[in-house]
Amino acid sequence: MNYIWFLLIVVSIIFGAINSQLNAVINAALEGAQKAVEISLYLIGIMAFWLGFMKIAEKSGLIDFIAKIITPLAGGLFPEIKEDKKAIGNIAMNFAANAFGLSNAATPMGIKAIEKMQNHNIDKKSASNAMCMLLAMNTAGFQLVPATIIAILAACGDKNPTVIVLPTLVVTTIAFTFAILIAKVFEKIWKPQEVNTND
Amino acid sequence: MIKSIFDTISLWLIPCIILIVLFCGIIKKLPIYELFIDGAKDGAKVGINIFPYLLAIIVAISMLRASGTIEFLGSVLGDLFNKIHIPIDVLPIMVVRSLSGSAILGIVGDIASTHDVNSYTTRLAAIMAGSSETTFYVLAVYFGAVGIKKYRYALLTGILADFAGIIAAVLVTYLFFG
Repeated sequence: MNYIWFLLIVVSIIFGAINSQLNAVINAALEGAQKAVEISLYLIGIMAFWLGFMKIAEKSGLIDFIAKIITPLAGGLFPEIKEDKKAIGNIAMNFAANAFGLSNAATPMGIKAIEKMQNHNIDKKSASNAMCMLLAMNTAGFQLVPATIIAILAACGDKNPTVIVLPTLVVTTIAFTFAILIAKVFEKIWKPQEVNTND
Repeated sequence: MIKSIFDTISLWLIPCIILIVLFCGIIKKLPIYELFIDGAKDGAKVGINIFPYLLAIIVAISMLRASGTIEFLGSVLGDLFNKIHIPIDVLPIMVVRSLSGSAILGIVGDIASTHDVNSYTTRLAAIMAGSSETTFYVLAVYFGAVGIKKYRYALLTGILADFAGIIAAVLVTYLFFG
């Protein structure tokens, strides 16, 4: 992450200078900072709303119940935390919300799951295998129906925008499966202690 | 038909979750109002934890988009991309899809209004955008929430999955609409 961040900024400034857009680049940085505040504030509202409901779900045993149903499936993907019903339950709900394109609901559930994973994590500054798997599932962008894109196509005069549903589903399924597979492979070859110098 | 089924599920999923959660709480005679307030308190904490992570990545990405680097890549790679059935107008989507969700929607709208909506270019753009997730944002939010600084292979996994998604999108679009 250090190198990627370094590259993003250095390349932007150099290219900005070449294109005589240096002013725009610096303005964009300041606007970006402002946008980060807006997104964080927005997240606080959504998160608080869902975390409130999740607390009730947790205390009423609902999350444990969901976890029990999917543990056989999730146990293979998250071997270290399969005993932690709360974590597994949250993962299941995070996945379901993502699949239905409800990313506002998915994020708080995913964060709840990663918080539980942090309790099992030995090195609190470094991502555990379970966290990397959860992130692999979330960054692959699995979604049953790309509703916003369909809405844009329809707005641009497409009479039949739903033709993209099936191909998009095929693509996200491929990417999602691939993400899980490579996360599993990296888990075997990428030992935590090597990362100290690498990342 | 399939779409209307999914739309109905999407519409009812959140109300159903809320109702089920509330009913489970009431049946077990839990103090649901207090529990809600208690859980909601954590929301502010999470938002503050995430903030510096988001700031770092959003600033860097905003700078990149303003610098003209993406346009430069487009002019260099244009010919190569045409050979492998990727119209050059789709390139910004490939670059931005891991970085910014709102930008991607803008680009798709732009492509759909400048090309024919039924064209291969628009279809590819839509499918690529529809299968994308903002990898950097997701990493910043999730790891930010628990203060993880070493991402290990999570970033590489996300980038490789994006790459697989791009290739799959081109192949699938070509098979369906090429």
